[in-house]
Amino acid sequence: MTITINHFLVVSFLLFSIGLLGVLVRRNFLTVLMSVELMLNAVNLNLIAFSRRLSDLTGQVFSVFVITIAAGEAAIGLALTISLFRQRRTLNVEDANTMQG
Amino acid sequence: MRDLLWLVPVFPLAGFLVNGIVYLFSHRTRAAHPPADQPAAESSQAAGHPHAHVHLETRPRRKTLHTFVGTGSVALSCVFAFGAIFDLGIPALASGAHHVLNLWRWIPLGVNQATGQVPGPPGEWFVDMALRLDSLSALMIGFVTFVGFLIHVYSVGYMGHEAGYGRYFAYLNLFMFSMLTLVLASNFLVMFVGWEGVGLCSYLLIGYDYHKKFAADAGKKAFVVNRIGDFGFILGIFGVFALFGTLDFGQVFAAAASNPIAYAPWMTLVCLCLFLGAVGKSAQVPLHVWLPDAMAGPTPVSALIHAATMVTAGVYMVARCNVLFRLSPDSLLVVAVVGGFTALFAATIGLAQNDIKKVLAYSTVSQLGYMFLACGVGAFVAGMFHVLTHAFFKACLFLGSGSVIHALGGEQDLRRMGGLARKIPVTYATFLVATLAISGVPLLAGFFSKDAILAAVFEAHFPRAPWLPKLLWMAALFTAGLTAFYMFRLVSLAFYGTFRGTPEQDAHVHESPKSMTVPLVILAFLSIVGGWIGIPMLPGGDRIGRFLAPVVPALAGARPAEHAPAVSLEVALMAASVGIAMIGLLLAYLWYAKGDGGVPARLAARFPAVYRAVENKYFVDEAYDALFVEGLAKGGGRFLWEVDATVVDLIPNGAAAVTRGASWLSHFFDQYFVDGAVNGVADSLQGGFRLLRRAQTGRVQNYALVMGAGLFCIVAVYLIFR
Repeated sequence: MTITINHFLVVSFLLFSIGLLGVLVRRNFLTVLMSVELMLNAVNLNLIAFSRRLSDLTGQVFSVFVITIAAGEAAIGLALTISLFRQRRTLNVEDANTMQG
Repeated sequence: MRDLLWLVPVFPLAGFLVNGIVYLFSHRTRAAHPPADQPAAESSQAAGHPHAHVHLETRPRRKTLHTFVGTGSVALSCVFAFGAIFDLGIPALASGAHHVLNLWRWIPLGVNQATGQVPGPPGEWFVDMALRLDSLSALMIGFVTFVGFLIHVYSVGYMGHEAGYGRYFAYLNLFMFSMLTLVLASNFLVMFVGWEGVGLCSYLLIGYDYHKKFAADAGKKAFVVNRIGDFGFILGIFGVFALFGTLDFGQVFAAAASNPIAYAPWMTLVCLCLFLGAVGKSAQVPLHVWLPDAMAGPTPVSALIHAATMVTAGVYMVARCNVLFRLSPDSLLVVAVVGGFTALFAATIGLAQNDIKKVLAYSTVSQLGYMFLACGVGAFVAGMFHVLTHAFFKACLFLGSGSVIHALGGEQDLRRMGGLARKIPVTYATFLVATLAISGVPLLAGFFSKDAILAAVFEAHFPRAPWLPKLLWMAALFTAGLTAFYMFRLVSLAFYGTFRGTPEQDAHVHESPKSMTVPLVILAFLSIVGGWIGIPMLPGGDRIGRFLAPVVPALAGARPAEHAPAVSLEVALMAASVGIAMIGLLLAYLWYAKGDGGVPARLAARFPAVYRAVENKYFVDEAYDALFVEGLAKGGGRFLWEVDATVVDLIPNGAAAVTRGASWLSHFFDQYFVDGAVNGVADSLQGGFRLLRRAQTGRVQNYALVMGAGLFCIVAVYLIFR
């Protein structure tokens, strides 16, 4: 069986869905951050797959950018996590609702 | 030099600013003034004397500054005044040369649309800030700056111990500025500025000892009484402007002289209004009441403002407007009657006054009456001549009385003086000279001017009342006798006999410092020679008449020189006036210096009613108090209050009721309709948004979910409807 682009897309879709679900339903802030990483990597997979398929390097360049941004995002996210934990003694996302109307 | 004329008033103005500013700052920092609630218990006898209140003196350096700025500015002004006069030349002035200095266009009034007839000539209407130097104003600035300078010098000695030294000189400088503006004015409005300025300074200086109630009251009285006159004056100015369309002296008088028939009907009204101003400023009956009270001011002020210069402004103004007055024989008649009556009236009051300054004050009123009498019979030159000589001898008399008061440490009551001739010889000698001058002793200044007036009155002719001139002449002659009598009574009581004051005063008596005696000597000298410029009979003797002729021409239709009245008549008139003056002098000497005052006391006992009336100034003040203060102001006030409470109040009360009803309605509407609408809108909005606010949970995951759902929907719609 040859591996076509469809396989990549299915894997990518599954990864993205798992990530999105994690972001939406998990209560732990760290888990949410990791889920976001999942979603980003699903996107990366998608970009590279199409890059290969279309013989266009733009997608790969984009994925490098995304990885870079993801590193920054992870750094800021972890900093926020620590800051949140110091303030609230908890990592529950439900408790971070100060902006409630 | 003539174009520097503007410096003449500006120097004292600068002096005023410097002195005033320096005084203001030093005054604030040191607070040298007595509290305002200082008990006003001092008797009015101590009025105007510096030693009555010895406060903290001004610091020596600052005092030197005030002295030099105060007197120096007037000295410079005097120099520039004479410079301008000599630059133009006295012969040139006498032959009609004049110099008008237009400083700037003061009030442009646009173009008059009316067509040519009287009143209101066509052309551009404007008022310039302009000064005018002609023979009349030259005469005035000459003696105003010179006598003013002498009195400034005198003040240095007299006011030396006063706390308000700087304030005094500031006011005095301001007065000089105003007075010079008044006499140098080239039109009625500039004159009015000076006119009000001298009134203001008079008020400020009368109330110089403002913590004494009588001084403050006297200042207010002078101010209020002067307002009545100024009201007339400004009405007169309006009249002149309405008739001539200009206020410039030259244009107005030229127009009036060139077209007398057209203007004559209005002139009586205009002239009487102008004369009302003169009556107020020059203290003529019935507005004379302020001048005697003005003696509450320091004595040099009385000399400068209330004897020599300011009070003669009325005479100056009438003489300046002689062209207008001549168009209206009726107004001249009024001037003559008021002047003649005032002369006699004030002289009789002067007989029975015991305050040395009050005697001089009534004497001033009386002499001013003389001047108006001269103007009223058309002898404007004689009036101005008397202004000049009066300035010399009355300034000398006032300064001499100041010296006497100074020597006695504030005593003003003649009954507590006496025998001062040996103790203060310079003051005595100068005072005696000035007294003889005012009494009309031959060859002294007052003799010539008074004689000129008497002769003019005798020869006057009023078509409406042919008997009047002789009556006025008799009154004036009798006044001359009274003048001699009360002045020599004053001299006798003060300088002859034995001292009647306390022993402390007796020990204290001393001659005044040089700064006071030198001006006295100069003024006494001028009281002797000042009249020689107007000797009537000698050929070429009447210099002042020829000098003033361009501004004050001889009466239209006057007799030419060859038809002049016989010399014998003049000599007879002269003899009459000299004789009656001598009788007055002699009686006063016999009764008060030789005698013990028994004769006048017996006379007073014989006619108690007359004596009481004279002593109390004919109760004029009391009458005014009852009539105007109590009657018109208070009684009228009560009446108006009643009217107000019953009639007038109906209107506001009715209006109030209507307003209350309307406001109740308005309130009702406001509460139920307007508020209902406003609150309804707010409530409905609040309800709506209470729902919306639920969406704002503050949980990031909710937002993400909604975002995801939204994205899903968009993609779904896109896919389905592609």
